[in-house]
Amino acid sequence: MKIHEDFSKIIHDPYGYAANLNDEKKIVGTVCSYVPEEIILAAGATPFRLFGSFEKTRLADAHLQSYGCSLAKGVLEDALAGKLDFLDGVVFTHTCDTMQRLSDIWRINVKDIFHLDVILPVKLDTESARAYYRDVLQTFRVELAERLGVTISDDDLRRGIVASNRIRRAFGRIYDMTAQAPGILQGEELYMLDRAGMMMERNRFADLIEETANKLSENVTNHTGASAPKRIFLEGGICNYPDIFNIIEESGGVVAGDDLCTGFRYFSGLVDETNPDPILAIADRYIRRISCPAKHQGTTVRGERLVEMARERQAQGVVFFLLKFCDPHAFDYPYLRDTLEKAGIPVLMVEVDDPLQGEGQLRTRLEAFMEMI
Amino acid sequence: MAQNDEGKEKRKIKATGRMKEIMTSYYIDAKTAEQTGKKVAWITSGGPVEPLIAMDIIPVYPENHGAMIGSSKMGVDLCLKAEEMGYSSDLCSYARSDIGCAPVSGGPIGGLPKPDMLVCCNNICGTVLKWYEVQARYFNIPLFILDTPFTHVGFSAEAKNYVKRQILEYIGFLENATGKKFDHDRMREVGKLSLEGQRLWQAVLDMAVNRPSPLSAFDAFFHLALIVTLRGTQQTVDYYKLLLDEMQERVSQKIGAVANEQYRLLWDNLPIWYRMKWLSDKFAAENACLVADTYTTAWCGSMKYIREDDFLDTMAEGYSRIYLNIGVDQMADQVIAMAEKYAVDGIVMHSNRSCKPYSFGQYDIQRIVAEKTGIPTLMIEADMVDARNFSEGQVETRIEAFIEVLKGKRRTLEK
Repeated sequence: MKIHEDFSKIIHDPYGYAANLNDEKKIVGTVCSYVPEEIILAAGATPFRLFGSFEKTRLADAHLQSYGCSLAKGVLEDALAGKLDFLDGVVFTHTCDTMQRLSDIWRINVKDIFHLDVILPVKLDTESARAYYRDVLQTFRVELAERLGVTISDDDLRRGIVASNRIRRAFGRIYDMTAQAPGILQGEELYMLDRAGMMMERNRFADLIEETANKLSENVTNHTGASAPKRIFLEGGICNYPDIFNIIEESGGVVAGDDLCTGFRYFSGLVDETNPDPILAIADRYIRRISCPAKHQGTTVRGERLVEMARERQAQGVVFFLLKFCDPHAFDYPYLRDTLEKAGIPVLMVEVDDPLQGEGQLRTRLEAFMEMI
Repeated sequence: MAQNDEGKEKRKIKATGRMKEIMTSYYIDAKTAEQTGKKVAWITSGGPVEPLIAMDIIPVYPENHGAMIGSSKMGVDLCLKAEEMGYSSDLCSYARSDIGCAPVSGGPIGGLPKPDMLVCCNNICGTVLKWYEVQARYFNIPLFILDTPFTHVGFSAEAKNYVKRQILEYIGFLENATGKKFDHDRMREVGKLSLEGQRLWQAVLDMAVNRPSPLSAFDAFFHLALIVTLRGTQQTVDYYKLLLDEMQERVSQKIGAVANEQYRLLWDNLPIWYRMKWLSDKFAAENACLVADTYTTAWCGSMKYIREDDFLDTMAEGYSRIYLNIGVDQMADQVIAMAEKYAVDGIVMHSNRSCKPYSFGQYDIQRIVAEKTGIPTLMIEADMVDARNFSEGQVETRIEAFIEVLKGKRRTLEK
């Protein structure tokens, strides 16, 4: 199926898109899937996820050592180079050590736009953490409204929640269909939908993604798919490489699901629209949602849920894409690998860096993996 | 030659022997805990140890273990073991060496005593959370996480509430783990001893304002062990009194840590444990003394938030606002304050691959310090335990070049 051209347009020129949008909308930069975008939407602004570009990081290298991840460096580079002038502000949430320091470095060096920290709890499995989560989001609501010169009522919040939920529901349907009929969307197309959903003006995006889901559902029953490709589940953090999806497909695989922070994790789970306390409802989604490894939901939860997700998607293998220098993911890898293998699910780990290195080797490894599973 | 040896002998810190005795007996106690019926808790270096002491639980520090592994140059081997298990070589080398050590009971003391529980406070980094999760699964024991929200620019009321609530949860966790009621009277005593220990440790470090400085950062790295591991005990208070007396004596006799102290330097970040002697000799040969450091003061830096008469309640803020849990600009302010207090000529920053929260931001601190004070900084790229990330030739050249810069600056000043 051909996806709407607006998706590919924004992927190919995200900053150009944002600069245009900025004429009518305030734009708030985000660097993490924990930034509560419902609240930004409630303020009438558009949350815009920053991924950094794939270029040399000359300016960022004066602030971050060689052992900083390419995401942090890429984002900082673009900010220092003035490529993000369309932003009205930026929001950092506390996740990993690198992001926390990136926030400091940004605050000290990027002066023209507002900067907010949302210092979320790290543990998500206690009542006191939940209460704190709510408190922090409430403070963010007040601070953001102040910075943007608006007020955010409970009804505004509910509108933000509804908009985000529309997108999440549509993605839920799309992911279900790709699991049911792998290949109905190419991996690269799904990648574009995911990305666009983190950058595009959300009401427009919600319309487009619902339309896409509807079209797909017309095709899903007739879809025959390629000649029995191997069903792969992707696990990891940031994945900035559309090429990876092509390589997987060319190696005889198909992406049946993912738990990437730039993929399904961002859209998974709904905010309860009936909760009289919308802020608590937002907090609850983040608390329950499959977590980033920088957060703690218990010592074995990530492993159990990963096995569950891989089985749900009938994955024949799990491929880890670990961004170099991403500590939380690297710490969880040996345990997740062992847990999956115990459950009889084969695992391949690929360490990636920006720009993607050694494509030939990556292809060979993926091909070997597809043959093995 | 004989005179030289005599000078060297005179410069040796005598309390060192006592320190080694205390640490040895502490590790024997911890290692025999199973026989004596005591519980062992592994705890992070920045974690609140006082409630453990009050509950008679033996605290054991994997990070201190990491330092020992590094000092005994066993880091590379143990890191390799962790890498064989699947841990990336880019991860913290304390964590890697400790994780690699657990299944083989390796390292300088044949592995740490087995824990009955884990206490992880994330005020120093997010790495400890992941590391303790690994060990909680490995030993299959309960893990308590004290989550201290990062204080980029300040400590919010909601964060304070959250940490305070967790202190109560911590007490409950310890009561569960031991089957004993928490003794608040005992806690008050321990709190007092903890603060007294911290004040004495700061007083020891303050001796370095003297010229020549009676101690160097290399001495501080060593004598630090007690304020980390046995904070809140009488033993620690007694030891630092002894050490402080000796430092005062050295000041009055003008005994310096370095024979001919010409340049005074401030060290930033964790030590390079496997190269302590080499670095110490290298700087001494250049007549440079690392008089102070940002690392060892971290264990008494947030004393101002803690009230002696209400330790348990106020430690929420104290533990949340330690050096590493604050913004880069606040860290720069502290570096400047230390540079001025100890009247240093230069700063040596260890850009430590193992410690991102300590190292990211160093370039900005370097710039801020230079702009505000003109004090130059030497950046050394290395790692605290993994010697594969240390290039002797490169570090040596950089140290020599840096000392040349300091010499040049001084000549200009004297003209």
